[in-house]
Amino acid sequence: MQHLDGNALAGALAEFLSFDVTTAIARCNGCGATDEFARAIVFTSPAGTVVRCPSCDHVLATLVESGDRAWLGFSGVSAIEVRRG
Amino acid sequence: MIGRPSVPRSGWHPATVVANTPETTSAARLELEVEGWPGNAAGQHLDVRLTAPDGYTATRSYSIASSGPATGDVTRVVLAVDRVPDGEVSPFLVDVARAGDRVEVHGPLGAFFVWQPAAASAAAAGSGESDAAGGPVPSAPRPVQLIAGGSGVVPFVAMAQAHADADDATPFRLLYSVRTPADVFFAPEFERLVSASAPFRLDLVYTREAPAGWPMAPARITREALAEAVLPASDAPLVYVCGSTGFVERVASWLIELGHDARAIRTERFGGT
Ligand SMILES: Cc1cc2nc3c(=O)[nH]c(=O)nc-3n(C[C@H](O)[C@H](O)[C@H](O)COP(=O)(O)OP(=O)(O)OC[C@H]3O[C@@H](n4cnc5c(N)ncnc54)[C@H](O)[C@@H]3O)c2cc1C
Ligand SMILES: [Zn+2]
Repeated sequence: MQHLDGNALAGALAEFLSFDVTTAIARCNGCGATDEFARAIVFTSPAGTVVRCPSCDHVLATLVESGDRAWLGFSGVSAIEVRRG
Repeated sequence: MIGRPSVPRSGWHPATVVANTPETTSAARLELEVEGWPGNAAGQHLDVRLTAPDGYTATRSYSIASSGPATGDVTRVVLAVDRVPDGEVSPFLVDVARAGDRVEVHGPLGAFFVWQPAAASAAAAGSGESDAAGGPVPSAPRPVQLIAGGSGVVPFVAMAQAHADADDATPFRLLYSVRTPADVFFAPEFERLVSASAPFRLDLVYTREAPAGWPMAPARITREALAEAVLPASDAPLVYVCGSTGFVERVASWLIELGHDARAIRTERFGGT
């Protein structure tokens, strides 16, 4: 299956979050690595989007969209560092 | 440095195609007039949304070949789209879209894959900016190595143009892998950029067919060819890599093997293999 990276999710997540996700730094709760979200590996399919840790492949986040609703999960992220301004 | 540039806020904007011209044998250059576009930094992308008469929508990301502040109520934005055979959106944009067509664009998007001239990043440094590794901002700008495969060059033409427009002294180098001479995107622009006063060097690698008399036989880029054509790790360049997912991952792993700092490498995957 082809995959992308966190840059590709900038638009989809800007619909819900007021910060730029590509430069936000996520801490993986699988391996503890901290990385810009742009460096994460992104798998998209008609069922939804899965974001994986670039260091250990742990699932960081999921996005499922259907009609007028979206389900946003950050089950594998213990913290997100967002720059103000 | 270019750690976390501040970029305009994203939003959805109505846009009109004002020109669709052939860019290469398989790609088109699209100029859009975007209502309320807030301007964008070099390297950012936008999402294009097409809506069919029955309400079905398809959205895809495209890098922006232009950059700069907003210019009034309507701003001209340049894209370059390569046709993916059997694709849903790219054949429409390349072969069907014409002047007057309306689309929606969401952007500008992404502050990660961005380069800003030293003047702009110095202003950011003054407000306590730090580099990607979280360290203090070095006073001399780090040289920049850009590495593109095919349409992956689109964000780089914006960066190289911003570099030239600012007459920025940062050494800039672009390694550009293309199939044939007819597949070079933005050829006239690069010709001008190479002779502009801002230091910019272009190294082309042809993978299927080279121009007559070209010193290298056409071949896919190798780790050895990469080592010869990019700034060495000892120069501590910032490295940007963009193109198909397969290209980006091959190049990024070779860069690490060649001693480049993983933190100094920024990648953007376009999809495909
Ligand atoms: C941040 C970002 C910026 C991008 N910028 C550009 C740009 O400036 N110019 C540009 O031409 N494209 C760019 N792309 C790729 C673009 O978003 C689309 O993926 C591409 O146009 C194909 O869309 P499609 O609807 O025609 O194909 P789809 O219907 O989505 O896919 C059809 C088939 O082609 C394969 N495929 C999907 N994408 C690609 C690809 N890029 N290369 C080869 N095969 C592919 C799929 O696996 C699928 O099998 C960018 C992508 C991202 C994430
Ligand atoms: Zn991890």
